Amino acid sequence: MENLIALVDCNNFYASCERLFQPRLRDRPVVVLSNNDGCVIARSNEAKALGIGMGDPWHLNKDKFDRHGVVVRSSNYTLYGDISARVVTVLRGFTPELEVYSIDEAFLSFEGFADPMAHARKLRGTVLQWTGIPVSVGIAPTKTLAKVANRLAKKGEGRDGVFMLTHQHEQIAALEKLDLTDLWGVAGRLAKRLAELGIHTPLQLRDADPGILRQRLGVVVQRLALELRGTPCHEMALSVPDNKTILASRSFGRAVTERSEFEESVASHIARAAEKLRRQKLTAGAVMVFAQTNQFRTQDRQYSASRTIALPVASADTLVLTNAALRAAGCIWREGFRYKKAGITLLELGSASKVQGDLWTPADTPRQRALMQAMDRINAEHGRDTMRLAVSGVKRGWTLRSEQRSQRYTTSWNELLSVD
Amino acid sequence: MQQFDIRACEARISISVPVFVCYVPAGFPSPADDYLDHPLDFNELLIAHPAATFAVRVAGDSMTGAGIYAGDIAVVDRAVTAIDGSIVLVILDGEFTIKRYRCRARGRGVWLEAANPAYPPMPITEDRAFEVWGVVRYAIRRL
Repeated sequence: MENLIALVDCNNFYASCERLFQPRLRDRPVVVLSNNDGCVIARSNEAKALGIGMGDPWHLNKDKFDRHGVVVRSSNYTLYGDISARVVTVLRGFTPELEVYSIDEAFLSFEGFADPMAHARKLRGTVLQWTGIPVSVGIAPTKTLAKVANRLAKKGEGRDGVFMLTHQHEQIAALEKLDLTDLWGVAGRLAKRLAELGIHTPLQLRDADPGILRQRLGVVVQRLALELRGTPCHEMALSVPDNKTILASRSFGRAVTERSEFEESVASHIARAAEKLRRQKLTAGAVMVFAQTNQFRTQDRQYSASRTIALPVASADTLVLTNAALRAAGCIWREGFRYKKAGITLLELGSASKVQGDLWTPADTPRQRALMQAMDRINAEHGRDTMRLAVSGVKRGWTLRSEQRSQRYTTSWNELLSVD
Repeated sequence: MQQFDIRACEARISISVPVFVCYVPAGFPSPADDYLDHPLDFNELLIAHPAATFAVRVAGDSMTGAGIYAGDIAVVDRAVTAIDGSIVLVILDGEFTIKRYRCRARGRGVWLEAANPAYPPMPITEDRAFEVWGVVRYAIRRL
């Protein structure tokens, strides 16, 4: 049998995570809001059935949600990230080759399994039992077709949330049910350009001349067509590529106009990112800081700027990185604007064991490293930000709005589920 | 057979290096070398299936007879299937509760027992929404 690829996709992932610890949410419509409680980013099936759309702004729909008894949750990425890692751990038991594609999707190599359907059903049952998360599985010879199969599995084709597209005639029948924009990587704009070539359906794309596609629309579209025919063009990316940068940015809960608040936010992003850096045994060679106003508030004067400061010697020390970030922050700060968002990026990441000091600037000393270790340990044991630099703020008026966040059931001793 | 005596040496910089505890015969490594001494790891003791194990905080006194008290942290494993006598975390009519799971063979009935005479047994009838969430493996309590 040819090589098969399975796409495992968690059903309504964020809503499923919320329901795992809150059984009362099970048969009610649930929506999860974006950072800052802005708009809907995840919906349970019941919420979809009410016609609630992705991206619907919460503040415009409060009445409608109340009327239908919709349960609204702020996004709880700490919880979703932990549950996602658990799902991946279980999946690794079902394949030697796995590629994590997003927080709720993974491609698995299904090469060499005698009965892929049975294997997938067992996988699905185990993920559900171990983590409580329902998943759908699409199996096909290429990633693009596995995406198609998964989409149809979610719509109830196949059996028990598993759908397989191995034979040509099955693939053709499946593609007949979809629009171009249902395909992996086809957005409205590309669909328009395809239409100009007379291609209006996935099947027409599949059967189009690959040479012409390449010539007119580029190699990406050519590959897409080949993948639809069952010719694999997207290899499995087996290891998660090394993070080249670490980014931390948030919208402010309200417009920030004070320099001290902006600096607090930058310092606190650095603290978070530096901790991540040390966990991966990396150092950063440069720090980028950015700030921007709210471009949707057309009545406000607009400004956005970023500044990158290179360190003389790569470092993982929060104090060193904070110093650099605050210098950059000082360069971009302008009085008189209402800032909406600030963030930092750590760049030029390298292995901590390979750092060499130069004549004037030594690399992080054992003393610095010991201090950072102690800080990380204290924060791991006693909760985030127990120990932090005073510059990252004590009041924190700017913190994200997340008024209806559920507990961090799996990552904080103080927020465990309480059971009678 | 040649033998090497491998000794620990003082580490000047702080890198943790495992110390072998037996001689290493050249050619055929001893199977015992796989068992390096390492500090006791309570995760290893308490968590059989990391991806399926969750911690919950106990409230209430219905399981004191089984050694589970209010304030304890219960270690719950979803990978384990409940059998007659297991202590389980269940969802009953939309509420979480920890009880002892009892079932008779051939589907002749399932019920939940508290480990406290003040609470009567609860038969699981078909009209109740019931689900075993996981099996409680340990209760952790500060003395």
